[in-house]
Amino acid sequence: MKLITAIVKPFTLDDVRSALEQLGVLGMTVSEVQGYGRQKGHTEVYRGAEYSVDFVAKLKVEVVTDDTNVEKVLEAITTAAHTGKIGDGKLWVTPVETVIRVRTGERGTDAL
Amino acid sequence: MLNAGDTAWVLASAALVMLMTPGLAFFYGGMVRAKSVLNMLMMNFIALAVVGVLWALYGFTMSFGDDAFGGLLGNFHFAGLENTFGKLAGFAVAATDTSPAVAWPGSDGLPVLAFVMFQLMFAIITPALISGAIADRAKFWGWTLFVVVWVTVVYFPVAHWVFSFNGFIGENAVGGWIANNLKALDFAGGTAVHINAGAAGLALAIVLGKRKGWPKDTGRPHNVPFVLLGASLLWFGWYGFNAGSALAANDLAAVAFTNTTVATAAAVLGWLVVEQIKFGKPTTLGAASGAVAGLVAITPACGFVSPIGAIAIGLIAGAVCALAISLKFKFGFDDSLDVVGVHLVGGIVGTLLIGFFGTTSVNSLGADGLFYGGGFTQLGRQAAAAGAVLAYSFVLSFIIGFVIKKAGGFRVSAEDEVSGIDEAQHAESAYDFTGSGGGLGHPTTIPVKSTPAAKLEESKA
Repeated sequence: MKLITAIVKPFTLDDVRSALEQLGVLGMTVSEVQGYGRQKGHTEVYRGAEYSVDFVAKLKVEVVTDDTNVEKVLEAITTAAHTGKIGDGKLWVTPVETVIRVRTGERGTDAL
Repeated sequence: MLNAGDTAWVLASAALVMLMTPGLAFFYGGMVRAKSVLNMLMMNFIALAVVGVLWALYGFTMSFGDDAFGGLLGNFHFAGLENTFGKLAGFAVAATDTSPAVAWPGSDGLPVLAFVMFQLMFAIITPALISGAIADRAKFWGWTLFVVVWVTVVYFPVAHWVFSFNGFIGENAVGGWIANNLKALDFAGGTAVHINAGAAGLALAIVLGKRKGWPKDTGRPHNVPFVLLGASLLWFGWYGFNAGSALAANDLAAVAFTNTTVATAAAVLGWLVVEQIKFGKPTTLGAASGAVAGLVAITPACGFVSPIGAIAIGLIAGAVCALAISLKFKFGFDDSLDVVGVHLVGGIVGTLLIGFFGTTSVNSLGADGLFYGGGFTQLGRQAAAAGAVLAYSFVLSFIIGFVIKKAGGFRVSAEDEVSGIDEAQHAESAYDFTGSGGGLGHPTTIPVKSTPAAKLEESKA
């Protein structure tokens, strides 16, 4: 199993979710995060004093998936979150030892 | 004879002006960081508590007692508000062709206590205004002590100079020197309130020094909606401040009300235009600040100028104050929330512009300014009054602040400043955003009898 972590532009979330639903992905975790990469922050002005906001608001989408589905999930997210402009985000894949469903105690892919 | 309509309006106005101090607290509170908003609110709220008591004990009588010394200070006839209940204040009315003279207190008397309460609210908001100059870094009790001493030696005397008129509080009462001898015009407190507070703010900002990281890290306002809400409450309360200063429900009150409205509206526009030109965007904070700048500038002038004059004063004040707020960066004093740029500069603008826009067609007790054929006389008087209050307040505030600081009671430690003054000074935090409630702490189920300060300190370590 793999954990796919995607940092995306907040307004693309709906597209990302429906793309994943069509692939049969049954769950995901979304959190609001801040950071920066190539895209720099912006500047705000309060009574003439410049205040630079270095961190940009993004969403972090986390999905755990079966090894066989990894490429399809990556492609779905990349397509859905793509605008072609700077700041579209990044995805990365990390291995997952196991998953346990708390309610039933099921383990591994059964718990997904 | 008591005038019921006037009495009702002055009492209502006193309540309106009372609301300005909490309004100011939110105006300022929104501009500071989330970790110091409670301290900012408290610095304002404590003025209600402290001055409310001092005013009754000796403040009112120092300001409005019969003059005791060269127009500088009232006597102690009203100490503890003795000799006020059941008494009227007002002006004797001269005879005309159609009606005979009416001896003091005239035909439109006001209960002295209505006037006491109306003036109390001015005495409360003036020290509260100063607090914006020293946001994020003042010890709470040190500030409270400053308020006690400052109103005693600065505000109460200056209120006597400006607001105490001959023959008002008593038949032969003698008032203060600015109002009666110099004859400078100040309808509602451009000198006594705004120049006074602004000069004190400048002194305290210098005495207490910069916040850590200033001017590089100015801190982003944590709640701009609070700022606009506070400015709106100020605007609302200001109708009591300005129109109430007519001390009557009459045409002059309506003139002051109108001028307050149009000047403030024009000042918002003035500030936003400057922002658009200088920074490319009109900001919410700028609109709120412009409104307050306009309110400040029209305060001394609202009973002496025409509505067109008021619009001009508002526009000028909005634009000038929007430019003046950068002075602190030029001269290197951390006037955190621009008490100098808005109140001192706005107060000076309004006070001086009476010398240009004043017209006796609005108020026969006023004067004609330069634009109405009055020459330079009134402008000179206005400048003298502004300069006198500015100098007196700056010097005294500097000394009071310096002594309290040297005694170790004014500036918080650098550590407390960084970790947040709310927690350090009040053992509270303003917001708990955790959905599960209670944050990460463990709520005590039984009320704690008392937690000594030492234990709070220990728990931080």
